Amino acid sequence: MINLKVNGKAYQVDVDPSTPILWVLRDTLGLNGTKFGCGMAQCGACTVHLNGDAIRSCVSPVSRAAGKEIMTIEGLSDDITKRLQEAWIAEDVPQCGYCQSGQIMAAAVLLRNKPNPTDNDIDLGMSGNICRCGTYQRVRNAIHRAAKMKPKAVK
Amino acid sequence: MYEMNNASRRNFLKTTAVVGGGLLLGFHMPAFARNSRFGITDVTNFAPNAFIRIGTDDIITVIVNHSEMGQGAYTSLPMLVADELDADWSKVRFESAPVDPVYNHPGFGMQGTGGSTSTWVEWDRFRNAGAAGRYMLVEAAAQTWGVDAATCKTEKGFVIHTATGRKLSYGQLVDKAAAIKAPEKLKLKDPKDYKFIGKPVKRLDTPEKINGTAIFGIDVKVPNLLTALIARPPVFGGKAKSFNASKVKAIPGVIEVVEIDRGIAIVANGFWPAKLGRDALDVVWDEGALASLDSSTQAKQYEELANQPGAVATKEGDIASVKEKAVKTIEVAYDLPYLAHAPMEPLNCVADVKADSCEIWVGTQFQTVDLMTAAHITGLKPNQVKLHTTLLGGGFGRRAVLDAHFVSEAVQVSKAMKAPVKVIWTREDDIRGGYYRPKAHHKISAGLDASGKPLYWQHNIVCQSFAVGTPLEAMMVKDGVDSTAVEGASDLPYHIPNLHVAWNMAPNGVPTLWWRSVGSSHTAFVVEGMIDELAKAADKDPYQYRRMLLEKHPRLLNVLDTVAEKAGWKNPVAAGRGRGIAIHESFGSVVAHVAEVSITKNNTLKVHKVVTAIDCGQVVNPDTIKAQMEGCVAFGLTAALYGEITFEKGRVKQRNFHDYKILRMNEMPLVEVHILDSKEKMGGVGEPGVPPVAPAVMNALFMLTGKRVRSLPLRPDDLKKKA
Repeated sequence: MINLKVNGKAYQVDVDPSTPILWVLRDTLGLNGTKFGCGMAQCGACTVHLNGDAIRSCVSPVSRAAGKEIMTIEGLSDDITKRLQEAWIAEDVPQCGYCQSGQIMAAAVLLRNKPNPTDNDIDLGMSGNICRCGTYQRVRNAIHRAAKMKPKAVK
Repeated sequence: MYEMNNASRRNFLKTTAVVGGGLLLGFHMPAFARNSRFGITDVTNFAPNAFIRIGTDDIITVIVNHSEMGQGAYTSLPMLVADELDADWSKVRFESAPVDPVYNHPGFGMQGTGGSTSTWVEWDRFRNAGAAGRYMLVEAAAQTWGVDAATCKTEKGFVIHTATGRKLSYGQLVDKAAAIKAPEKLKLKDPKDYKFIGKPVKRLDTPEKINGTAIFGIDVKVPNLLTALIARPPVFGGKAKSFNASKVKAIPGVIEVVEIDRGIAIVANGFWPAKLGRDALDVVWDEGALASLDSSTQAKQYEELANQPGAVATKEGDIASVKEKAVKTIEVAYDLPYLAHAPMEPLNCVADVKADSCEIWVGTQFQTVDLMTAAHITGLKPNQVKLHTTLLGGGFGRRAVLDAHFVSEAVQVSKAMKAPVKVIWTREDDIRGGYYRPKAHHKISAGLDASGKPLYWQHNIVCQSFAVGTPLEAMMVKDGVDSTAVEGASDLPYHIPNLHVAWNMAPNGVPTLWWRSVGSSHTAFVVEGMIDELAKAADKDPYQYRRMLLEKHPRLLNVLDTVAEKAGWKNPVAAGRGRGIAIHESFGSVVAHVAEVSITKNNTLKVHKVVTAIDCGQVVNPDTIKAQMEGCVAFGLTAALYGEITFEKGRVKQRNFHDYKILRMNEMPLVEVHILDSKEKMGGVGEPGVPPVAPAVMNALFMLTGKRVRSLPLRPDDLKKKA
């Protein structure tokens, strides 16, 4: 049994400790917002936060998360997230949408570390996330837009 | 979610009546316009349609028969309905259509999405659907008030009696409206009264795509669902001779190992044990006829084929009679590789086969083919098979397959397991799984007269056909020429008095398929590269040279002039930068790009900016068009810089995003899109932006290096200056 905290909720999971966090989230906990894209940390579709850091859950064994806090797209609700989601709608970023959970998870960490990111900061922070539809220009614009927004009230 | 909706939709279809306090509109549609691309002349049957449901809560649900794969169909088609219905946009919802002949693609004769058709092919039908709804609601209100319907108007979800100001919401009128029959011919809105059409309306599917609630095929949940990965032959056409599953079954979580026609399925209680199980499987493969396939020998084979006369696609004038008169001649060859679609969501399908039913959940572009294939495999009647279309995590053509293989696999495994099964492809399965854009070799020669104008153009294309030997053959192959192999070259718009375009079919074996922009994905690179070569040989500006040869094509000229003006073509390009132009017509639309590039200190190509002009006729959602153009640039640039599937000992060499690279954030150019205000016939937008990307970029690079790139993807040597 491995003790996990996901989106603020405690879980005990009985899986092989080498199982990637991605598949524990999806297959064991039923949290399907985190996506499978490549299985080798190349595309960022599976990005989640582990104790606040963006990690690739497709290559991170669940044993690494024992006793730590995992945050997924379903659990994001802070000020930065609200601004990002509002900006994503304003820029109408997604096309197929499959990579967008990962894009927002990566953008949330970027904005926390760089509240007013430059284009270069965005290149550095976001180039690990592939979008096959090519929404990059809108992702960039949405991050800039979110950075300029006033803080949002958090429940 | 899907189950509930589909059950109710089925019911709607059967009864065409009031269900659950809502109104389902039944009406007839007129015969459909000619669609020459798919060989459809007319759709003569008058089918009853079911595209709108209005609830007593005023919610208007538009049932969309085209799959949403990012192109915006779940927004643009509801916009057409909402405009004629005078709906309140905040009350408009979308729902994916079940599989039923009433939802057939008007051009395909079956339910499906592709060919950049979704919006234009439904332009009349969806507006008519909205107009019929409005008619019924207005009649219902008029009856309620005992007034003439002509004295009523509609506005934002209400019918209003103009003289008295009385108003009823659409939701209040549904019961009465259901009994009213709309006439077949309805007057549609004057374009000046459009509320949504032509405006940048926000996509309806964005909210669910940014909070993790959107359901793609891979996300479908069904009770007691098993997960399967399939070990497929390492060489196309191979088969398993024998396998040893003893190690596999020892892995906790693995439930069963099942052989199906396309490989060996490892069925488990989740992805990870299925993956570990597949890794542990020992298989002896019969590799079949392609076991020695190698890209270098294949390239030689294509070159030899290009020397054969081939089937004639276009013949105008007589090249032999003018060849001697040419002052300058150019004879070159262009090469383009196999390409994988690589949608972000790997292929997957959920199937639940029971004794008397089969239920499927899948992100697909070809619902009817999938459903009929499932019926065939299970021995069930088509009406016992229920298919739910989920969101597609990218399509680009990969989810429109004639053999329904990714559905067939899941159905076979579920049938064997007598349980619901989700088959998931890994990224490696996707990259190595075939159904590629065909590899192409183009041999081309042209001659110029003393004034620099082309005298002749002889073009021989070598590539595989994915139409020959399939049901597509009747529609797409004419006089021995597969139109999807030569499109974009056989219909050359440039004025060339003596033109000969031929096609030699390369041997089949590697599975190939339509890949975003199909034949134009390779022909446009060749044609737009070659035109630049001719301009250079004639010592003319590439833009002006194109202008001269497009005199008889005002639509193309207009797009070309627009892109040149917006890109500031008449001004010199900044120091150290190269600028290139390309234009191409495909899927009923014309797109031109001007690309600005430089070579970095690290000897890589940097594309700074792409200015785009598009004429797609009537605009429905300009923001969607912009988004598609941005996406087309990224897609085309990925192919130009990185895309390549190659073979060694019959095996695909690439396997994941590290060696099948996709453009990333730091490589994305600034894209500036200009949409022409146009009265031209409506065309598509999902694909036509792709073809001119690679030639515009490589023509720009030529300005810096003086060397012509005639083979994609770009190689490091291509960035060195001509010696």
